[in-house]
Amino acid sequence: MARVLLFGALRDLAGWREQIFEGVSDLDGLRSHIARLYPDLAEAISGPGVQFAVDKALVRGNVSLSAQTEIAFLPPMSGG
Amino acid sequence: MSVTVQTGVFDAGAALSAFTQALPDAGGVVSFTGIARMDNGKTQMLELEAYLGFTEPWIETLIEEARTRFSLSGVRVIHRVGSILPGEAIVFVATAAAHRRQAFEGADFLMDHLKSRAPFWKKEHGPDGARWIEPRQADYQDLTRWTRDQTPK
Repeated sequence: MARVLLFGALRDLAGWREQIFEGVSDLDGLRSHIARLYPDLAEAISGPGVQFAVDKALVRGNVSLSAQTEIAFLPPMSGG
Repeated sequence: MSVTVQTGVFDAGAALSAFTQALPDAGGVVSFTGIARMDNGKTQMLELEAYLGFTEPWIETLIEEARTRFSLSGVRVIHRVGSILPGEAIVFVATAAAHRRQAFEGADFLMDHLKSRAPFWKKEHGPDGARWIEPRQADYQDLTRWTRDQTPK
């Protein structure tokens, strides 16, 4: 189970802020899952400058997701 | 050394008094308050989003870097999130050090990094609708002033 959080423009694009995805074991699996359900969002999170955080730590590449993992998709940060 | 990310309005003057009173041995205290601009009516409201639990540790790492680099004896950062109206304070940074130069530079360093790299997402609401804002080129340019760049990525 993965709890996905969206921020900034990604949240507006998808129309949701938070969603639970069942049956995903790694980040690549989650991305394919999102691509089937939300193709526009999948394209946006593949765009330049989008970073991923797993349990509030930035990650690169594929990582495995354990139960109750929180995944955040972070568009380019704007600063305060 | 502390950071607060909050939705509520804050009083920068009161924050500065509290900060200064807690540091009786500081030789100098510098503070900066960033205020939401109206921009000739183009901005009616700013919406600022943070990733709570991620944004604060990022700022804490930045504070720690500023503290060691500028020998600061105290740092306070308050940052608003949520809906912010023109005239309201968005950010407050205060630094304390034995000597004025360190306090000035520490505050300047903190603000340059908070304005360009910090994990916030900003949306401007105006008469023509809303749009997400990215840092200006000038904000990134300001960062190059601090060439020994060890900020959290």
